[in-house]
Amino acid sequence: MTKSVPAFPEVETKGGIWRFPADQPLRLDSGAEFAPLEMAYQTYGVLNESRSNAILVCHALTGDQHMASTHPVTGKPGWWNRVVGPGLPLDPDRYFIICANVLGGCMGSSGPASINPQTGEVYGLSFPMITIGDMARAQAMLIGALGIDTLFAVVGASMGGMQVLQWAADFPERIFSAVCIGAAPRHSAQNIAFHEVGRQAIMADPDWRGGAYVQAGVRPEKGLAVARMAAHITYLSETALQRKFGRELQSDGLSWGFNADFQVESYLRHQGASFVDRFDANSYLYITRALDYFDLASEHEGVLAKAFQLARDVRFCVLSFSSDWLYATSESRDIVRALNAAGCRASFAEIQTDKGHDAIFLEEPALDSALRGFMASAAERRGLK
Amino acid sequence: MSLVREDFREIIRLVAPGSRVLDVGCGEGELLEMLTREKQIDGQGLEISSAGVSACLARGLAVVQGDGDRDLDQFPSDAFDYAILSKTLQQMRDPRHVLSELLRIADQAVVSVPNFGHWRVRWALLARGRMPETKALPDPWWATANIHLCTLHDFIALCDDLDVRIEACAALSEGQPARPINPKHPVENWRAETALFLLSRKTSIRV
Repeated sequence: MTKSVPAFPEVETKGGIWRFPADQPLRLDSGAEFAPLEMAYQTYGVLNESRSNAILVCHALTGDQHMASTHPVTGKPGWWNRVVGPGLPLDPDRYFIICANVLGGCMGSSGPASINPQTGEVYGLSFPMITIGDMARAQAMLIGALGIDTLFAVVGASMGGMQVLQWAADFPERIFSAVCIGAAPRHSAQNIAFHEVGRQAIMADPDWRGGAYVQAGVRPEKGLAVARMAAHITYLSETALQRKFGRELQSDGLSWGFNADFQVESYLRHQGASFVDRFDANSYLYITRALDYFDLASEHEGVLAKAFQLARDVRFCVLSFSSDWLYATSESRDIVRALNAAGCRASFAEIQTDKGHDAIFLEEPALDSALRGFMASAAERRGLK
Repeated sequence: MSLVREDFREIIRLVAPGSRVLDVGCGEGELLEMLTREKQIDGQGLEISSAGVSACLARGLAVVQGDGDRDLDQFPSDAFDYAILSKTLQQMRDPRHVLSELLRIADQAVVSVPNFGHWRVRWALLARGRMPETKALPDPWWATANIHLCTLHDFIALCDDLDVRIEACAALSEGQPARPINPKHPVENWRAETALFLLSRKTSIRV
């Protein structure tokens, strides 16, 4: 490896869309079946001969499969290119790393913005309701289609971490290790409340058109932007907001009006405005709903430990961030407690940071070193070179 | 430092090969790593400091960030063969509860405590009228983390009270190999600087 290249070089990637035939439907938690399923994915690195070095990375609510390669819509670098790359904790020189757009997403996998082949029109609200369990099941179909029986690791943060927990509950025999970062075993009332604000903002936009905005040739951009603005506040800690913006003004003096006087307003408006370029409003409704429905214990007689009772051979690593109030450390502790009660081998660390939930994507050396140490020792146990 | 190593050496000697071990307050995981290497144990650490947890993860150890005073209840009963608590029982808020928790979680506990009955300690109080500062208790009273000090005989009384059996005991002194002792012997309550106990439950809690 050359050492003179910039910190996070572009990682070579391959990818595509796996189109499952109509006779291989996805079974949904709602009882319905969905077909034809399409899963868009990117891969980094090479699958070894024994097919034992595959890692599935599960992305967060508004993430996608472009985790370490340039985003085709925004042209921005991958959302986790400080973690995935040569010499980094998830090293494509060692592992075959897969990231798939979630079911319900809008970057190529089946979702409300996809075309329903039966009608030739966009699904919109005729897309079935989905769950985190459905997302994991769709991923499992893709992993099987790629010829991989057992994943070396399933790794995810935020909503991705919830998918990791779902994998451990539903497919424990198909994973060797599991890393769950900044997640929770259920959505709390506060989590649901913030999502409801976002959904109501979208649905209150006249351009939402009852979900049929594509047919009308419009987009509920204002509503989706407000939803993103509200959600973005939950990703930051109060300390981080204060440090970044304080009461700083955009220009000298107040405007005595409702322009973005404060830098924090301008920042949130920018977050909202840039989000609508790359995200579908109905996808946002569907995925936030899936998150709200998530309560892993409820599928196991209300006892979280029972979700992990078949995962005793899986090596777990649970990480939280001290200033994360969206999915707080106490939530991760609940996960660890359940893992211990189920007799699983679990590590847990709380990363000390004032960056809030967003620390997942930011420069956080303690996260890198924890992840690096866990992955390296798991790889050794797995016999990976 | 050499006292730490004597401590570890005696623990490694006591632990049966291939057993499941919980190290409460595992620090940077040196002991767990040695036990893994020399006794092929299946280890788990509990450590309060972020630096310690990171170091353990980097060593490939299973470690949970947590507080021995508060977080032992997350482990199910009989989850381990041994629970180790090295020289920190006297720093716990509720040593009695911690001791009973260790023996709920594990069949056997390995616990070491500084002996407040050691002659240097008694001498400091008797002759100088000052709080002792010894090799086993190096910090001044206003800086020490030790809040629940006891003598060897106090510790034995607590074990009796909790229906805990003392399987083995060794005296530890800096720079010297561990010395097997009868902890009930009155002389040892004067002589042992630090004592390391192997404990078990007299009555099984298994149903």
